[in-house]
Amino acid sequence: MSEASTPLLANRAIQFDDDAQQRESSVLGMWVFIATEVLFFGVLFVGYTVARVQFPRAFADGGARTDLLLGSIETGILLISSCLAALAVRDVRFGACRMASWLLAGTALLGVTFLVLHGIEYHAEYEEALIPGMRYHPSGHPARAMMIFFCLYYVITGFHSLHVAIGVALLSRLAWKASRGAFSSDYFAPVEVTALYWHLVDIVWIFVYPLVYLVGRSA
Amino acid sequence: MNSTDRTVPVDNYLTAGEPGLAGWLCTHDHKRIGILYAIGITFFFFLGGIAATLIRLNLIVPAGALMSAETYNKAFTFHGVVMVWFFLIPSIPATLGNFLLPLMIGARDVAFPRLNLFSWYLYVGGGLFTIGALLLGGVDTGWTFYTPFSTMFSNTHVVLAVIGVFVVGFSSILTGLNFIVTVHTMRTVGMHWFRLPLFVWALYATSLVMVLATPVLAMTLSLIALERLFGVGIFDPALGGDPLLFQHFFWFYSHPAVYIMILPAMGVASELITCGVRRRIFGYRFMAWSMMAIAVIGFMVWGHHMFVAGQSMYAGIVFSILSFVVAVPSAIKVFNWVATLHKGTIDFHAPMLYALGFVGLFMLGGLTGLFLAATALDVNLTDTYFVVAHFHYIMVGGSVMAYLGGIHYWWPKITGRLYPEGPARFAAILMFFGFNLTFFPQYLLGYLGMPRRYHAYPEPFQWLNVLSSAGASILAASYLMPLCYLGWSLWRGAAAGPNPWRATGLEWTTTSPPPVHNFPLPPVVNEGPYQYCP
Repeated sequence: MSEASTPLLANRAIQFDDDAQQRESSVLGMWVFIATEVLFFGVLFVGYTVARVQFPRAFADGGARTDLLLGSIETGILLISSCLAALAVRDVRFGACRMASWLLAGTALLGVTFLVLHGIEYHAEYEEALIPGMRYHPSGHPARAMMIFFCLYYVITGFHSLHVAIGVALLSRLAWKASRGAFSSDYFAPVEVTALYWHLVDIVWIFVYPLVYLVGRSA
Repeated sequence: MNSTDRTVPVDNYLTAGEPGLAGWLCTHDHKRIGILYAIGITFFFFLGGIAATLIRLNLIVPAGALMSAETYNKAFTFHGVVMVWFFLIPSIPATLGNFLLPLMIGARDVAFPRLNLFSWYLYVGGGLFTIGALLLGGVDTGWTFYTPFSTMFSNTHVVLAVIGVFVVGFSSILTGLNFIVTVHTMRTVGMHWFRLPLFVWALYATSLVMVLATPVLAMTLSLIALERLFGVGIFDPALGGDPLLFQHFFWFYSHPAVYIMILPAMGVASELITCGVRRRIFGYRFMAWSMMAIAVIGFMVWGHHMFVAGQSMYAGIVFSILSFVVAVPSAIKVFNWVATLHKGTIDFHAPMLYALGFVGLFMLGGLTGLFLAATALDVNLTDTYFVVAHFHYIMVGGSVMAYLGGIHYWWPKITGRLYPEGPARFAAILMFFGFNLTFFPQYLLGYLGMPRRYHAYPEPFQWLNVLSSAGASILAASYLMPLCYLGWSLWRGAAAGPNPWRATGLEWTTTSPPPVHNFPLPPVVNEGPYQYCP
């Protein structure tokens, strides 16, 4: 009996009365954090919208120069990874810690793939001289106004990739801890909140993808 | 008086735990972190105060006695940046809030103690960046960092200052997050939402504003830094970017930031007043809801900073109406304080004097806010000293008076010692007079048309400026006084006992200073706050 309760006590911080309170606190904390992140990205989306209304043609032309195929593959990868994260939470809740560990590792791996593909995109754009501040000399009429599109594109995708990178680090650590049996059906809040964070990263991309890759190609 | 014994308990949060400096710098105890904040905030307050002194000295003579125009710009920028972000925003929430929130709801600590300590380190780190920017030569943009000046023309250390504010912004976000979660999940048995003390309500409303506004500032400042470093053109008119967009983003945070400063002050004033008259606060629920209303409506009024900046007339009208609307819950609060005081036996101890000073100054500041919310008047008063006087009345008159009142009121709880009442009352009254002498002439100056941020001015404005500077020296003396007698009381003050004010509230049921985890046993609450029986 005492052995069964030891890991629970070890996982509970002193300020909490019981495990339920601790779990509730961490999940609520992550939701509040997600709210701040939404506003963080919100500034970029509002800035993007304002500039787009001002320069519709330049934004359409800029959007058309992004890599639709890679962008779509990245979207698919993030969606699948989010699904894996959700499954990991489910498994760890049912006590299947080893399975959850593999799923978390898979999520992290897909995150890395996303970053690599985005790196390939950035590299191609560098070759085409589309990166303001580093190498920017595209030809054609809207080239100057298009600069704002590309500035925003790099700021938005850059901040998003930063979030992906942080997520990958968190997920890898969790996968390692899960493989050592650190979680159980009684204690799984870290997996749950990290999965929430990963869903946020996914959802932000769900807004980036149409704004950057799709809308410009409609005309 | 109190029957419980009047010695400082040996086993308290100050003596227990890791000894020495490491014990403080690695502490997870919300009470110690509150004190760490208090030390940092006092330091920055006097740093910003030095800049203010330089400004007031410079303006004694019309030609600008002390500084060149550039140095003057750097002085008021430093004053603004330090006072707004390193003093006013964290002052009450991070010190009194950190110390009292868990005590008031009967919790052992905040929900995330390690995050709490991390917030303090972010605060210090951000401060170091800002001081670094000062040491390397300063910044001349004003605390608002308006583009395109800050991004294209200023050749001072904008990036460093912006990073400093960015970092301290995260400190404020994390504190807000911690408080929200703590209020939601850590309340003790029987502590329903409508049994929360009003100070807790105030902290909760403030935390919502911190969490939902600060990220916008953080991103906006990152964009400034990126624009200076890499030429991202979103605010750059030369590239087709929009400087007005910066102002929208900036004030979307910075107007609610005023409520980050004033809401906790309102909470403190409510506690002080209800204890000083020994009566229940009038209209408790209205007080709580009006705080939430201020927090919510406060998000919708930022456009009144841009009546003359080039936004559309219709936007101006809407923002003007909303700015009048946000005055309604503020007025509710003032009326309720007055109703609480009405026909009461007022105990004019120092915290009460500070609270009354707060109500007076807040009223004058709030009423002149209505002048500025009226578009027609604002066109004339924008960027004059009238605006300077208005926001100093709210932010300094309101929030600093309440902060000091709160410090005095909870001083016995924090230190276990009583402070000398005589000097404290004298300082409170001196502060009220010094404050009015400093800032009331600025209303007149602004009304007569003296623009803000000028290092020299025409002859006729001199006598009002001299009055203002004279007031500033009185104000400075009244700020130094508490430092002396509160410091003295740490060694020589009489032991306070658990409840020297005979106040209600959970924080007064534990020892002064409280033990490490606040209560020997989790308290149980079965009545509302403020059950005073006179």
